[in-house]
Amino acid sequence: MEWEVVIGLETHTQLKTNTKIFSGASIKYGAEPNTQACEVSIALPGVLPVLNKEAMQCAIKFGLAINAHIAPRSVFARKNYFYPDLPKGYQISQFELPVVGKGAVTIQVPAVGKNAAYEKVVNITRAHLEEDAGKSVHGAVEGMSGIDLNRAGTPLLEIVTEPDMRSAAEAVAYAKKLHELVQWIGICDGNMQEGSFRCDVNVSVRPKGSEKLGTRREIKNLNSFKFMTQAIEYETRWQIETLEDGGTIQQATVLFNPDTGETRAMRSKEEANDYRYFPDPDLLPLVISEADKDAVRAQMPELPEAMKARFEAQYALSSYDANALTTSRDLANYFVATVEAGADAKQSANWVMGTLAAKLNAEDTSISDSPINAQQLAQLLKRISDNTISNNAAKQVFEALWNVEGSVDDIIAAKGLKQESDSGAIEAIVDEVLAANAAMVEEFKAGKEKAFNALVGQAMKASKGKANPTQVNDILKKKLS
Amino acid sequence: MINSSLKQLGEMLQAKKISSVELTQTFLDRIQQYNPNINAYIALDEGKTLAQAKAADARIAAGNVAPLTGIPIAQKDIFCAKGWQTTCGSKMLANFIAPYDAHIITQFDAAGAVNLGKTNMDEFAMGSSNETSYFGGVKNPWSFDRVPGGSSGGSAAAVAARLCAAATGTDTGGSIRQPASLCGFTGLKPTYGAVSRFGMIAFASSLDQAGPMAKSAEDCALMMNVMAGFDERDSTSLNREKEDYTRDLYNSNQAKPLQGLKVGLPKEYFSEGLDANVGNVIEAAIAEYKNLGAEIVDISLPNTGLSIPVYYVLAPAEASSNLSRYDGVRYGHRAAEYTDLMDMYNKSRAEGFGAEVKRRILIGTYVLSAGYYDAYYLKAQQIRRLIAQDFVEAFKKCDVIMGPAAPSTAFKAGEKVDDPVAMYLQDIYTISTNLAGLPGMSIPAGFAQSDDGVSLPVGLQIIGNYFDEARMLNVAHQYQQVTDWHTRMPAGLE
Repeated sequence: MEWEVVIGLETHTQLKTNTKIFSGASIKYGAEPNTQACEVSIALPGVLPVLNKEAMQCAIKFGLAINAHIAPRSVFARKNYFYPDLPKGYQISQFELPVVGKGAVTIQVPAVGKNAAYEKVVNITRAHLEEDAGKSVHGAVEGMSGIDLNRAGTPLLEIVTEPDMRSAAEAVAYAKKLHELVQWIGICDGNMQEGSFRCDVNVSVRPKGSEKLGTRREIKNLNSFKFMTQAIEYETRWQIETLEDGGTIQQATVLFNPDTGETRAMRSKEEANDYRYFPDPDLLPLVISEADKDAVRAQMPELPEAMKARFEAQYALSSYDANALTTSRDLANYFVATVEAGADAKQSANWVMGTLAAKLNAEDTSISDSPINAQQLAQLLKRISDNTISNNAAKQVFEALWNVEGSVDDIIAAKGLKQESDSGAIEAIVDEVLAANAAMVEEFKAGKEKAFNALVGQAMKASKGKANPTQVNDILKKKLS
Repeated sequence: MINSSLKQLGEMLQAKKISSVELTQTFLDRIQQYNPNINAYIALDEGKTLAQAKAADARIAAGNVAPLTGIPIAQKDIFCAKGWQTTCGSKMLANFIAPYDAHIITQFDAAGAVNLGKTNMDEFAMGSSNETSYFGGVKNPWSFDRVPGGSSGGSAAAVAARLCAAATGTDTGGSIRQPASLCGFTGLKPTYGAVSRFGMIAFASSLDQAGPMAKSAEDCALMMNVMAGFDERDSTSLNREKEDYTRDLYNSNQAKPLQGLKVGLPKEYFSEGLDANVGNVIEAAIAEYKNLGAEIVDISLPNTGLSIPVYYVLAPAEASSNLSRYDGVRYGHRAAEYTDLMDMYNKSRAEGFGAEVKRRILIGTYVLSAGYYDAYYLKAQQIRRLIAQDFVEAFKKCDVIMGPAAPSTAFKAGEKVDDPVAMYLQDIYTISTNLAGLPGMSIPAGFAQSDDGVSLPVGLQIIGNYFDEARMLNVAHQYQQVTDWHTRMPAGLE
């Protein structure tokens, strides 16, 4: 039988606010345990939550970015369960009435093997605001478990998709797209190691062609795209094998073990909590007016899709280039700054995605930390365009710029990389070369095209690489015709 | 001095006829004398209290005076006060020292009032007799074998026995008004949202409201001027302009100061279940209001009978969640021995909570459970809206509503402890105002004979429309200008 995997994602994105969602405590990562745990974070008797408006604005931003319905009135609810890192004994979340309703995200699924790349729309069911829990710390004190409540109350936006994805590749493409988007609109720092972007993946399988969904298992807390691929692929195989062996799938929560590459059930549905959701009486319904939305809309950056279309139209870039340049806002901004500093758009795109991207990758750094800024790159590209330096020389200048050796023109001067563009001087060199290489001239005249290239090489060598190759070509052609 | 009004005390302090230290010491001495028997206070700290009194005297000397500067106030032990033991009447918090101040504590401090101590209460404010307190019952100063009512029983006894100049309470279903009725003083539960709940330990968040407990309406108005007002730390606090609750009190010396006031009498408040002697006192009080110029209107609050069932779904539901934080992990009671995490939770909560609190956590957990939520919680919320609508209709016909605050006078300790439903019925006339969020007060209206021949106080309840406290206080004040019930003091405590 042929099987089909059905995947839906729930992603917890940590919002980039200054303070916690219901208190004024800082959410900075990595502080000493419990130094960012105020009265509200500790859930002392008598404390009350007050919504951080920044978190609301982040939710609106996301809703606008995915073209979703933003609820004019949404409700915070209490999700009740006991756990030591959950200080109130309930998590404030949203249940029946979430802040963001249905929306959609368009993903680019890359080519895999002989399957070509394609575009797909993933529907978003909802996104809701909630608070994060603290952390249990084991072993910091011998024989004891500790609780760090610094993270308790950190604002999260939980983004839930429809079960629209049909492969690990699609799921990862969606996760990457979402990861780019939340950073693009500035609501999440995207740091997966620090837990700012965590995915729960619901996986089920069914016979291909079946309309009915299979029983799903939820893989919790995947914090890298590599693990996500491995976990989904393992889980899919496991479910298919279980069913083919005559077994049944029990609804369960599973954890992925990166060391073994396997998923393992954590708890089954029967053991699941009854969370006793009810509206939190300490918080009024979250009311979002048209004016609130307009205020956020006014601060919205241009979204990647719009920017991609603009790049194609304004700079005559290919769809591929425009897409690649809009995978992150920093990259896109860098490209635009390069063009605005006077460089040619196509040339800028090639350099940003080629030489610069390769260097950033090799040095394991990001474009925002690049030692070469957009203005410097533009200056370098201008020196290629105006024939001051050759493409080869430009590579040397690029290296020198990376090592912060000075301005483009200083480096060209210091390294003596300026091209010889004086046609008289080049003609003199060409004449010398023709005189000294009579054999090659004969070969060329006898029809050997390669001899021409050899003569160009000789001329370039004679000029110590500084002659403008285009001019050398032209002059040689003229002299030999 | 102990019978003086807050206004009189303020004047004496400002005229330097007495010092705050002297006044405070007077009450501390009385507490030392009577509290061991009455048990109105859970926590006392003479050092802290007298330091505040000294500071108040310095303020007065410097001319930096507010109406309550230097006046000793008892605080219900439900309010967190920095450095003070704050127990909420529970073993669970018997060892808890609050590290921060509730909003109203901050307000009283800013006004220069003196914190006299933390008063006894039913555990987590769950009770109508103060008998669920981990720190023992409180005696009704009018009759020591009777209860003071609850849950603000300690504050009630302290006001009645003159162990404070005034006190604070909280009212979730009647916890200010029923004890005010049973102990013979004036208590006001303000409109929901008028007083910040920040730092007030939650029982049922959508119903809890703090208010003053004092001898007279005028005293309550002065207390409200300190307690009420917007606080951004409570999302349910209403952002309204600060008001002067005394503004209506002093400007009507005519013979019929309440001329034109329409008083609604809900027939449901005068039916079966009301003690006949209490009913007579209420009727006499209504007659007095007619003399003051009020016009009596018959009204109906048809859903009154549903208020107790609705309340005992919603309040326990919220409480079951609000009390989840008491898990023995971060503060409060933790069992001495346990085998694992679940065992620690189970034992700590089993040991830390009393029977009534456990009963309500169980009820609340049940009504919120999957499969029962719609039938109980949602249904109760719908009926809650109907109850509120009853009042909307009623206030189209009248300005204030009057009736008894409690169905009986103070009952004997132990009489109802084993019958939760009989205990819950104590709040039959008060609960619906909490469900509707309306302000209500109880004022002394006379005395009724108990079955065993003891004369006990009876409270008249006045219910007003939203944010109509100033008018209600004047309605009470005018009555208190022509009656002296509110000045009566229990015998034997002079």
